[in-house]
Amino acid sequence: MIPAPFTYKRASSVDEAVDLVARDGEDAKFLAGGHSLLPLMKLRLAVPQTLVDIGRLGELSYIRDEGDHIAVGAATTHGELASSGLLGRDLPLLAHAAGQVGDPQVRHCGTIGGSLAHADPAADLPAVVLALDATLVARGPAGSREIAAADFFRGLFETALEPGELLTEIRIGKPAAPGWAFQKFTKRAIDWAIVGVAVQGGRVALVNMDQTPVRAVAVESALADGAAPAEAAAHAAAGTSPSEDLNATRAYREHLARVLVRRALEAAQAAG
Amino acid sequence: MNVTVTVNGSQVEAEVPDRTLLVHFLRDVAGLTATNIGCDTSSCGACTVLLDGRSVKSCTMLAAQADGRSVVTLEGLADGDGELHAVQRAFRAEHGLQCGFCTPGMVMAAVSLLSENPDPSEAEVRTALEGNLCRCTGYHNIVRAVLAAAGERGGR
Amino acid sequence: MSILGTRVVRTEDPLLLTVGGTYVDDLRVPELAGAARVTFVRSPVAHALITGIDVAAAREAPGVVAVLTVADIDDLPPPPPAPEGEPPPGSEAAPLPMGGPWAEPLLAVDRVRFVGEPVAMVLTDDTYAGEDAAELVSVDYEPLPAVVDLDAAVGGETLLFPAAGTNVAVTAGGPADGSAFDGCDVVVERTIVNQRLAPVSMEGRATAASWADGKLTVWVSTQNAQISRFIFAGAFGLDPAAIRVVAPDVGGAFGAKIGADRDAILVAWAAKHTGRAVRWVETRSENLVGMTHGRAQRQHIKIGGTRDGRILAYRNEVIQDTGAYPRMSGFLPFLTGLMASGPYDIGHVETANRVVVTNTTPISAYRGAGRPEATAAVERAVDLFAAEIGMDPAEVRRINLVPPDKFPYSSGGGAVYDSGEYVKALDQVLTAAGYEELRAEQARRRERGDPLQLGIGLASYVEITAADAAGGETAKVMVHDDGTATVYTGSSAHGQGHHTAWAMLVQGELGIPMERVTVLHGDTDLVPLGTGTYASRSLQLGGTAVHLAAVDVKEQARAVAADLLEASAPDLELDTERGVWQVRGDPASSRTWAEVAAHAGPDGLAADANFTDGQPTFPFGTHLAVVELDTETGKVALIRHVTVDDAGTVLNPLLAEGQRHGGIAQGAAQALLEEMVYDADGNPVTGTLVDYAIVTAAELPSFELLSSETPATSNPLGAKGIGEAGTIGATPAVQNAVVDAVSHLGIRHLDMPATPARVWAAINEATARTATREGQ
Ligand SMILES: Cc1cc2nc3c(=O)[nH]c(=O)nc-3n(C[C@H](O)[C@H](O)[C@H](O)COP(=O)(O)OP(=O)(O)OC[C@H]3O[C@@H](n4cnc5c(N)ncnc54)[C@H](O)[C@@H]3O)c2cc1C
Ligand code: FES
Ligand code: FES
Repeated sequence: MIPAPFTYKRASSVDEAVDLVARDGEDAKFLAGGHSLLPLMKLRLAVPQTLVDIGRLGELSYIRDEGDHIAVGAATTHGELASSGLLGRDLPLLAHAAGQVGDPQVRHCGTIGGSLAHADPAADLPAVVLALDATLVARGPAGSREIAAADFFRGLFETALEPGELLTEIRIGKPAAPGWAFQKFTKRAIDWAIVGVAVQGGRVALVNMDQTPVRAVAVESALADGAAPAEAAAHAAAGTSPSEDLNATRAYREHLARVLVRRALEAAQAAG
Repeated sequence: MNVTVTVNGSQVEAEVPDRTLLVHFLRDVAGLTATNIGCDTSSCGACTVLLDGRSVKSCTMLAAQADGRSVVTLEGLADGDGELHAVQRAFRAEHGLQCGFCTPGMVMAAVSLLSENPDPSEAEVRTALEGNLCRCTGYHNIVRAVLAAAGERGGR
Repeated sequence: MSILGTRVVRTEDPLLLTVGGTYVDDLRVPELAGAARVTFVRSPVAHALITGIDVAAAREAPGVVAVLTVADIDDLPPPPPAPEGEPPPGSEAAPLPMGGPWAEPLLAVDRVRFVGEPVAMVLTDDTYAGEDAAELVSVDYEPLPAVVDLDAAVGGETLLFPAAGTNVAVTAGGPADGSAFDGCDVVVERTIVNQRLAPVSMEGRATAASWADGKLTVWVSTQNAQISRFIFAGAFGLDPAAIRVVAPDVGGAFGAKIGADRDAILVAWAAKHTGRAVRWVETRSENLVGMTHGRAQRQHIKIGGTRDGRILAYRNEVIQDTGAYPRMSGFLPFLTGLMASGPYDIGHVETANRVVVTNTTPISAYRGAGRPEATAAVERAVDLFAAEIGMDPAEVRRINLVPPDKFPYSSGGGAVYDSGEYVKALDQVLTAAGYEELRAEQARRRERGDPLQLGIGLASYVEITAADAAGGETAKVMVHDDGTATVYTGSSAHGQGHHTAWAMLVQGELGIPMERVTVLHGDTDLVPLGTGTYASRSLQLGGTAVHLAAVDVKEQARAVAADLLEASAPDLELDTERGVWQVRGDPASSRTWAEVAAHAGPDGLAADANFTDGQPTFPFGTHLAVVELDTETGKVALIRHVTVDDAGTVLNPLLAEGQRHGGIAQGAAQALLEEMVYDADGNPVTGTLVDYAIVTAAELPSFELLSSETPATSNPLGAKGIGEAGTIGATPAVQNAVVDAVSHLGIRHLDMPATPARVWAAINEATARTATREGQ
């Protein structure tokens, strides 16, 4: 299985990357870790004409303490997130969840920016940035703008990024609300989540319970009203619209969401 | 495009189509056939090599992405005098391979693991190998081998 | 001390661990320089008529050497006519493989019968061009209804082979009149599924071929180079002498690489047809639909006995899904029937089967081939019976296992078991596992309503290995005048460690150190006759042949050494520790193998053996699996697996354990994870390794292997087969453990694989049942 032919270009700066993609328009794509894009291209489910490699841009790969927030470069790999001392201390949810993505080889290549931009409903980090209420920074030919995580995921594999816009940074406010947990339910360790839950403080986000990652709003409001984890978790599937596949019926996903949310809330309580 | 990769310490340079996958660059251009291809969905790990010291699946990377970087394959693991790496020795001593098809990738994944975590527990070894499929060994002796190699290297 | 029976590390490994194996894709031999790549165009639909194939665009694409369809196959002999008096469909005596109306073409002619069926071949200068050009081949399909469901297959509303008039290719065994169960206090029956699996050897199928000067050379990833040669000879109407088949390193096979299949024949044909060397290495997506699948039985089991635990009657009625072409005919369910009653002494045993075609990938042997299906069925039946009479499943097994004084034992299934210590194997496992304590822990967890429940599963088994022992195996042993030896074996290695084992046998018999023994296999120019590897036959047949040839060489050498030492042959002895010949008790007289071989004259020291006197052997054992089952999510984790697998005398425990480990993992994976799923239209749903869930290290515990050796009596090594035992025992043990973990909820059976979704659904239903009952 081989990708259809395309032209490869390596950008030497963020500006150049944005330029190169703007020049080739519709048929050009950014290539970060390549661990979502290349598998699709090998199966010829994606056939871009041009790839602009941003994977090696040092200016997109960092984890920095900016005082009131932590800034993560979009091309930072899952592995770097997982092993970051700074995140381990201040944002363990992100570090821990990144450590659950795929396998070590995938984590050595795949990036947070790629994961968010790809917006797979079964991916882990999109739900995590929702639970963290992160702010995403995008750069396009017209300059930079900030997008709230809550506004970023628009549909199945669809985000608020305009064509040609590059995700450059993920900002997460400090200090994080106390208590966090991440629950990922899979058949095998290597698998994508059948259902997942990210909790930070009173914010709860779900993996694979809809076309996009979603906040479990009903759970959050129950918590805000003082409900205990088990009570709040009963609302986990409210308002969701999970798909059916080989691994789960809709009813099973809804059930899993309730169980996992309860477990996550209990773990968060214990951690907080 | 023109791609230059330092493979097992030597520079390999070639003009290849942009879409060339690293695994084919290694096998067909560099002529190193230890690295195998076991799937087309990045699932099996048979193609695992070290890129700048870290395990990657060479079927899910363009040769162009490795341009200017350094790759180590199974063939480059033993030292210059042919002295086997501790992981290679342990795989033999513990019978960590049967048909050998998964072995190059499995060994490289294990080497990468031990460089990140020199003293893993059995459970850590098992999860660290989650991206490498073996159909022959049931993993039992592979896990023994990785633990033995860690022990030998003074991890424990 | 003899090297036999010791843990010798493998001679194969140094290469595999430094430069890797040389699989078909790795061959850099001159004959294959510039070989064209073959890319198959395969049917994307399960059942359709082909109304047109347009290859014009593909032929024009860059790098294309040739595009071949069935219209190009004009140079092959017609397939052999249907055998005289072709048995009517539905006969027990159907030939293997089936011809006549069931014949399988090479490239699809006017109809495709499964997704993945080869329709055309594209030959290109390189792989990349091949995939591009294959996309340009346009095939017009007129869809037909797909037959996927077994009942639909039996019903026969849509026929795969209209000329056959039925989808039922084989029927064997009579209908039940029920009288066998007269006199039983308790009878339980149930329909269960032994699901379809994909073998997924890590190296898929691969073939390369060159045709030069009237000679065809084929490199193929196979378990049987010699059998493959006869297959090619038959297909091409060539004298076998004009064909060389080489099996280079083979990256796993598990029964799915027996001989050469139609894809391999096509690749070899393409080389002959175009005159260009060619190479084909399938992709994994191709492998998951193109390589044969295994298992795929629906079984109706019925078991009866007394309230105090004595099993009196058992019936297993099988519907074998054979996929689109009955390649194995009735063989797999025949083996299932032969081993139906397993290790139990049951008075009345009945079996019956029907083999049906469906629009799915053809079924063939997969690790165990018919026997795991028998064991899974009877082990479920025994547990169902135990649950019905409220007796501990270990106790029911103990009561019914064939006792040691009954061997040789003629089973109800029709086999004669050679030797065994079945109860001892059971007890050994129970003791090592701490069965009583496990049951106590289970009770505690049930008591406190722990969401993580414990399940304990047992499986006692007996299997048949080297079922075709009379087919024999060949070996040749030569000792050279430099003191080294060469072994030529008809057996074939793909991971089992034949080279190590055969060299050990030579060292053990001749005292020539293993390092000085070269083992050659899998090249018909070197070893023209042989059978190869399947059905766990290698050591007991191929190893015995090596042993016999070595003994023969030894006797030749004795005569030569006598001449050399001017002594009489009976006065000579071979010191196998030092590897020297000497006059008995006189080390000073010693002569090395080199000296003796040099003195042997022009023919040197060499002996051939073909061991055909063997008998099938019956390895046995018990597996105990412990699972932890999360009742809230349905997820199951295998946390312990304890086994006795008695395969007679063990030559090299390291190798034997390796076979057991691999088998256990594959068996456990069937119970928990794997299933090849098709949708109602015959499209594979699990067509990649993302969806077809191969077990990884992270899902498995370390295994607890106990040793037990009850020598076989039918070969001088005392060996039985070990290749399939792990798979046969593990699947039902794990499945029984899963059911056991939820049995307190009133669940008696769960089909495999026990995926979280399936387990949760069963728990959910059971809980709802209880709630309704309590509400009433
Ligand atoms: C075997 C395997 C298992 C996996 N398992 C998991 C899992 O369990 N959980 C999980 O969450 N993920 C999993 N993944 C996906 C993995 O996390 C990917 O790395 C990630 O989804 C994409 O990141 P990337 O850097 O590889 O992106 P790429 O593949 O390079 O790009 C993905 C898409 O995003 C675009 N893109 C990339 N970067 C940017 C950017 N900065 N700005 C704008 N657009 C951009 C690309 O153009 C492309 O369309 C798995 C992948 C594999 C191969
Ligand atoms: S070949 Fe399977 S992961 Fe690379
Ligand atoms: S040794 Fe055969 S696949 Fe691992």
